Amino acid sequence: MLSYFVYFLTVAAILSIATQGLNLQWGVSGQFNAGVVGFVAVGGYSLAVLTMPPSDQLLVNTHLPFALGLIGAVLISGVVALVVGLLTLRLRSDYLAIATFGIATSIQVLVNNWEPLTGGSRGLVGIPRPFVGLGREGFGWAWLLMVAGFVAVIGIGLKRLLDAPWGRVQRGLRDDEVACAALGKPVVRHRLVVFVLGAMLMGLCGALYVAFIGSTSPTEFLPILTFQIWAMLIVGGSGSLSGAVVGSLVVWGLWTLSGAVIVSLLPPQWQAQGGSLQSILVGVVLVLMLLYRPRGLLGRGS
Amino acid sequence: MILQALIDGVLSGAIIALGAIGVTFSLSILRFANFAHGDLLSIGAYAALFVVLFVLGGDAPSALARAMNTPVGPFSFGWSIVPALIFAAGMAIAVALIVDRLVLSRLRQRTAEPLTLVFASFGLALILRNLLTLLFGHDPYQFSREIQMAIRLPLPGRVLVMPDQVLVLAITVVVLVLLAWFLQKTRHGLAMRAVAENPVLAGVAGIDITATIRMTWIVSALLAALAGVCFGITVQVRPEIGPNLLLPLFTAAILGGVGSVAGAVIGALTIGVAENLSALVVPGVWRPIVPFVLLLAVLAVRPQGLFGPRGR
Repeated sequence: MLSYFVYFLTVAAILSIATQGLNLQWGVSGQFNAGVVGFVAVGGYSLAVLTMPPSDQLLVNTHLPFALGLIGAVLISGVVALVVGLLTLRLRSDYLAIATFGIATSIQVLVNNWEPLTGGSRGLVGIPRPFVGLGREGFGWAWLLMVAGFVAVIGIGLKRLLDAPWGRVQRGLRDDEVACAALGKPVVRHRLVVFVLGAMLMGLCGALYVAFIGSTSPTEFLPILTFQIWAMLIVGGSGSLSGAVVGSLVVWGLWTLSGAVIVSLLPPQWQAQGGSLQSILVGVVLVLMLLYRPRGLLGRGS
Repeated sequence: MILQALIDGVLSGAIIALGAIGVTFSLSILRFANFAHGDLLSIGAYAALFVVLFVLGGDAPSALARAMNTPVGPFSFGWSIVPALIFAAGMAIAVALIVDRLVLSRLRQRTAEPLTLVFASFGLALILRNLLTLLFGHDPYQFSREIQMAIRLPLPGRVLVMPDQVLVLAITVVVLVLLAWFLQKTRHGLAMRAVAENPVLAGVAGIDITATIRMTWIVSALLAALAGVCFGITVQVRPEIGPNLLLPLFTAAILGGVGSVAGAVIGALTIGVAENLSALVVPGVWRPIVPFVLLLAVLAVRPQGLFGPRGR
């Protein structure tokens, strides 16, 4: 039971890193990312590809240590975001939404079909997991500690960044773009930096998750993840740094619980539909929050 | 081979065109990227399927129902497709209007920020899509198991088309002509174009914005339902129709230039042809990437699209 709780907390904390990335993009800068899962998948697959043990079936055989794989994964996610951002951020604000949706779709096709790189639909297994030598209990606690460390460092770093002049420019941009442009602020470049930073956090989330599980496959990165991360952000209250963490815990807890309830209550022939019920729940939470509590559960109401 | 791909591209592009017109309306008149538009297509497809397979099909269909489901001429479907289409259009319009009333109109009143509407449509898409899965399951459906004879076109090479595809193309052309008349000659159509041009000025000129928004939903949902049924007949019906067609629809609207109906049609045909040509070069599994590649190319080279106004 305790080890399951440690596992649950670790996954929720890893997901909260992507929520923090979305918080930068949406909460701080007002950019709509409809393809969060795409950037998470890029991070996860990059780590897997970079750290996999050598094999003649694989295209890339770098077999990097975990830390370098993590850095590589974050950088690659950033580069993908840079390309999407450069093409869309100077255009209508909803073009970014469309393009991010497109990149997520394309990455799904890519990981499913580029077998020499991604292992195709079977995915990649046997990715070296850090702390695996510490035994079951030790592995769990070491991971929880490490991920908590990441969450804390990211939280403090973002707080400093947002309190600095850079953060004030960002908020100003969100509230009045024309005024900021008139003050000589490079609007597009500021937007681009936030978008790329957010995507790098999403990539970090994916990389940590894959290294924690030790394997990856296309089914780990389904479109529903985008909606889950959005729900985590909105429930916690977008714009709030601690809210992103709390929202991730609450939503991931509800998702896991509702899954368990469906498994135990629904008759077997209905189990396949259970996932749809969970997804509807996430959608309803998103729409209701938008209508009635746009500042989040913890925020000060509308 | 190339000729066959071109013809197939035009035939599948025609279906995308019907959906893309709704997207271009939503981008220009309602002023937001509607992520739930693809799901209006799915709703249309499933509603028609419900009439054909469940109401008129079933285990012991009456003589009338059997007669209606008997294929007409060279086509794979019978006259039941007519009530099915009417029901599909009704359902899509009803869902669009209810969703607008319950969610989108409230958000429109509160804020002018288009991304709030994008966000809402994103959540609504998830709900609609999974409601369909809940009702009909994950497995794909076919409208009919009838085997059609392909028609060989009098062209060099071996160019084959299905009678269903030809009919779908003909319907699309007729609908486009009617739509052009509607937009050019009727009060409602002119109002829609005026609101797209400048909502404030249109309001000052005495155009009822609320009624125009409602009319925009009705026309968009009608076209979406038609596109969904056509897709269902020529391909298959699955809950993923919505999300899978979303990218081609958006790309067609942007490629053609937001607000331009002719542009959306040309954009859609371009995508249909590009998708089918790509199958000659790379395996078919890569096909869903084609619209995205086109989208990136358009955004890089000519973000206003073929017929869009300059600037943003």
